[in-house]
Amino acid sequence: MAEEAVGSQRGVASEPWRRGVGLGLRLVDVLIRSVLPVVLALVAGGILLEILGRNPRTFYSHIWLYGVQNGSWQDSAIRMAPLLLIAMGLTVIFRASIWNLGYNGQFALGAALVAGYGPSLVNHVPLAVALVTLFLMATAAGAAWTLVPSVLKARYGTNEIITTLMMSFIGVGLANILVKGPFQDPTIQTPQTRVIPLEDMLPSIPSTRIHVGLLVAFAAVLAVHYLLTRTAFGLRLQVLGANPRAARHVGIRLPRLIITAFLISGGLIGAAAAADILGLWGYVRADQFPAYGDAVIPFVFLARLNALAVVPFVAFYAVLSTGGDLATAEANLPSDFLLVLVGLILLFMTMIEYLGRRRELGGSYLTPGLSQALRSSLFWRKTAVE
Amino acid sequence: MGNQTPAGAAAERKAPVVELIEITKRYPGVVANDGVTIAFRAGEVHCLLGENGAGKSTLMGILSGLVKPDAGRITIDGKDAAIDSPRAALEFGIGTVYQHSTLIPALTVLQNLMLGESRSLRLDTGGARRRLDELAGLLGVEIDPEEYAGDLALGRQQQVEIIKALWRGSRVLILDEPTSMLTPQAFAELEKVLARLKERALAIVFISHKLHEALSLGDRISVLRQGRLAGSLDGEALSSASSEELRGAIIRMMFGEEARAVEDVAELQEDLEVVEQEHLEIAEQEPSHEVDSETVLELDRASAQGVGAELGIEDVSFTLAAGEILGVAGVDGNGQRALAETISGQRHLTDGQILLYGVPISRLSVSAREKLGLRYVTDDRLGEGTVGSLSVALNLFLKRIGQPPFWRFGRIQRGAVGRRANELVREFDVRTPSVGSRVGTLSGGNIQKVVLARELAFQPKVVVFNKPTHGLDVRTTSAVRETIVRLAREGAAALVISTDLEELIEICDRIAVVSRGRLVGVVPNGPGAADEVGQLMVGELPAEAA
Amino acid sequence: MSEIFTEVFWTTVLAGGLLAGIPLMFTSLGETISERAGVLNIGLEGMMLLGAYLGFLGAHYSDSVWLGFLTGIAGGMAGSVIMVVLCVWLGLDQIVVGIAITLLGEGITSVLQGAQFGTTYPRLGATPTVSIPLLHRIPVVGTSLFEQPLVVYLGFGLVAVVGWLFRSTNIGLNLRAAGERPEALDAAGVSVRATRSWAALSTGALAGLGGAYLSIAVAGVFTPFITQGQGFIAIVIAMLARGRPLLVVIGSFVFGISLSLSDALQIAGITISEDVINMLPFIAIIVALVLFSRRAYLPPALAVPYVRGAR
Repeated sequence: MAEEAVGSQRGVASEPWRRGVGLGLRLVDVLIRSVLPVVLALVAGGILLEILGRNPRTFYSHIWLYGVQNGSWQDSAIRMAPLLLIAMGLTVIFRASIWNLGYNGQFALGAALVAGYGPSLVNHVPLAVALVTLFLMATAAGAAWTLVPSVLKARYGTNEIITTLMMSFIGVGLANILVKGPFQDPTIQTPQTRVIPLEDMLPSIPSTRIHVGLLVAFAAVLAVHYLLTRTAFGLRLQVLGANPRAARHVGIRLPRLIITAFLISGGLIGAAAAADILGLWGYVRADQFPAYGDAVIPFVFLARLNALAVVPFVAFYAVLSTGGDLATAEANLPSDFLLVLVGLILLFMTMIEYLGRRRELGGSYLTPGLSQALRSSLFWRKTAVE
Repeated sequence: MGNQTPAGAAAERKAPVVELIEITKRYPGVVANDGVTIAFRAGEVHCLLGENGAGKSTLMGILSGLVKPDAGRITIDGKDAAIDSPRAALEFGIGTVYQHSTLIPALTVLQNLMLGESRSLRLDTGGARRRLDELAGLLGVEIDPEEYAGDLALGRQQQVEIIKALWRGSRVLILDEPTSMLTPQAFAELEKVLARLKERALAIVFISHKLHEALSLGDRISVLRQGRLAGSLDGEALSSASSEELRGAIIRMMFGEEARAVEDVAELQEDLEVVEQEHLEIAEQEPSHEVDSETVLELDRASAQGVGAELGIEDVSFTLAAGEILGVAGVDGNGQRALAETISGQRHLTDGQILLYGVPISRLSVSAREKLGLRYVTDDRLGEGTVGSLSVALNLFLKRIGQPPFWRFGRIQRGAVGRRANELVREFDVRTPSVGSRVGTLSGGNIQKVVLARELAFQPKVVVFNKPTHGLDVRTTSAVRETIVRLAREGAAALVISTDLEELIEICDRIAVVSRGRLVGVVPNGPGAADEVGQLMVGELPAEAA
Repeated sequence: MSEIFTEVFWTTVLAGGLLAGIPLMFTSLGETISERAGVLNIGLEGMMLLGAYLGFLGAHYSDSVWLGFLTGIAGGMAGSVIMVVLCVWLGLDQIVVGIAITLLGEGITSVLQGAQFGTTYPRLGATPTVSIPLLHRIPVVGTSLFEQPLVVYLGFGLVAVVGWLFRSTNIGLNLRAAGERPEALDAAGVSVRATRSWAALSTGALAGLGGAYLSIAVAGVFTPFITQGQGFIAIVIAMLARGRPLLVVIGSFVFGISLSLSDALQIAGITISEDVINMLPFIAIIVALVLFSRRAYLPPALAVPYVRGAR
């Protein structure tokens, strides 16, 4: 019965103008589904501000003021660097319907290593070599931290939501121990690493304050986009993400794919840490690792896991968080208010997806397999080659 | 042919228990039920026949409360009734045994039966046991309440489902395609059970697409076609005409004599003629044509584990020669999927080996075997055979990701992909707006053609087909069968796993039978083969039914 | 070395362990109900935080611990209402909505705390305890087990009730069916939506109670992110316990001990960095998953929205 009903949707009519209208409608559809959640979240946030006795108009204008105007757009751009790299890390893994929720731990370890070894390394080798080495170190750390969850999933089908979350907490703990221990700056009391001298950090893009880490991030965006859309590996990820059973059926080697995807994801997140520490901070303080990843997730989904489309969203969030840091301070609120906004964006996004769902087959923000990842991973069957 | 008992004849004169009047239901793009008026009477088995897509499931859904009709009325004992949920249906006394089991495998029989009987907070285990004994006695069967539903044999499972449907004292019992997984022996048991229920004045609705069963069981037969009631044969008609006449009449109702437009008729006539012609062609060939003696595929004492309720295989050995079509018959769930997946490489052997051209391949991966020419056309075309969100073109080369000429250095070559995809689409007659359309938008038959095209491109040597015509329309079915025959004639070897014995008789050179995971015999095709296969399917079974 | 394991040490470990494990016990108990019915609450952390803050608020302004627990329950339920409406009723993705609830819970409680109290962190007085006569005199374990706030005993009672509910009632059977095969439950005439909704709301209530207990009885204060990941640990405990409430208690207790260990060790004169101690429970979970993951049985319909008639 259902077999025949599936075939009911015939192709779009062939007249060119009809196709044009169809395309236009789809564009509007995409725009609505991408932008409306953000708008609604801002409105809801404004209502919350009113309830708390703060002025939303002032607040949002402050965000614009401190996020874009008077050259603060550069600060926002600087913040984009780690955000974009993390977004790329998440895009790759989510495409395969795998949940990497361990980004905080992966980032923290990368940051700790870079901040720990950085100060001495830049004194012993030429700067360029040091910077590249540190980048690689952080990338390796982030990637390595995915091995436990990825191998567990690949071999035993262990649920990665839980394992990556656990590893995240362990990772942050380990990073804290490192910072308070071997990487501690011996000259001060506060638990933090030594500071990398300004001249030894990442150079800036000429005539701006923005460090080249952003260029690294843009390069990563292009690379990931190419990887996902043009390569065999990207297609395998997509098949795994859309239909894990089909992936096994067509002979895709799942364990290898899972582990590789995780390595790439963790690696990009580690690189984000390197860019942030080497470009902006120069040091790391214990118990204060930034949690960029939590905030980036909704935008990765809003962009429908498309690497290029993520950029404008991340830019928006970069402005929001850069401006928001000061705006919330002026409004006498904790900066965690931004978490509320991000949570609202996610909620509104799911609700709007519900409304738009009926019409399009397979156009949802989530690959169908993403939500199945929980079950299917626990009922794995080994194939002949394992 | 008539099975009218005196009690049945008397029941016919009673008023109907349930009546559907002018029922209409529409889904996007298709009218599932179109003004159907039908009545079900006590003490009578009323068979609903129809091809896949004729509207039987929808009608049944309406009766059992899963589906709400867009138009029409339902009356129960003459009074208007609204069946708007499964609970309401149960309260009206309508019990349903669904096509796909609604038993929960992880729960015991008793727990499954107690489900939904929320008279009080506490579970009334004692009372449930008593009721089970009562109903089991009514059916004339024995059921162990503590057995897990997942461990039950299929026939026993069905009996439990019937008991569940009757739990609250139903007056109407709906059976939706109940026999697709039964052995002939279990079918006979079912007939006995239904006879006993008829004596208790139950109205039984028996939904099927199998003609011979309807003729064997039914006191009344109604045929649905494309959403409409195409015709009805009552007890008198059934007992007064000969078997061939009845067959003919029903076939005409199922496939259309009374069509809406001239084009439809012509198309249907054409369909029928094509099918008949192909039947003739295939029948004209010698049952076992000249087969190349080279052994292409060999299984030697192969064993593999099953999954869930489906059995694995144990100690299976056979050979397959080039140019040969070997059928695998058997009741569903007896190891067929394990067999197919073991050969294709998706499941690993726990014992024994598989040899391709004499070379052991048990350690080879799915894609290595695919490259060697060993292909697998899965029955699960939506669940694992294709990726609905990807284009037709990509699906066609899904088993060759990364390989030239479609990928070079890991990078996709859109030109090569497009060109070859268009060729394949033409060759296999896949109806799609373009090779870039998403596979999920195609009809079932065309999706199957995409799967076939993928597996049969690139010089196949051995192809395993699992239920290749399952759920397809008449035309596509015969096209697929023809493809298989042509494949063999061109020198490849084919293993056709099917639950449709007629299909196997039609195209296979030999037919193997699996039962409980073992190969119980191989029968050369010819006169009498069908009976022999049937016997083999039943023969190995121990005393318990099904 | 044996001076370490004095009575004081053990008392600190056990009493502290029990104290620290109670919030988790409530929350995991709640999550077993949801998971049994097929609902996965990634947002548990957010629900706990909502319960912690609103519970603290209630206790602070009314000077009544019980009122605090009530407002805490309400807070947790507020979080689960989102799950019920969006996931159970509308069928949206449970994991994404769960992440949103966690973010919202974290953010809103931090903001509200900041807006209400600024940088001060008012403390509550100690929660009144109830001593069970005689039993509380047993050395070492006496005070740990038998001199606790009343709500703890109620908690243990609740564990027993939930166990009974699962085993011997229609509700328990319905929950199980909703998680194993919702079509079967629907066909049997029971509303899958109602079953899952009540399950999710109960989970929210219990998570809220757990959070409230944390801020009222354990810490005596609310600080943002006070739960430190316990919501996620509760999910794991629920998965590993496979619907057996007794295992929930054991798991929570073990976790609680790992937290109280650092205090006890300090008293014994051994200093192990607090960071290491904090990592222990998470490491323990990973180890447990490696060892037991094949036995972690998840209901087949977990996190899958149910749509009637879908094929």
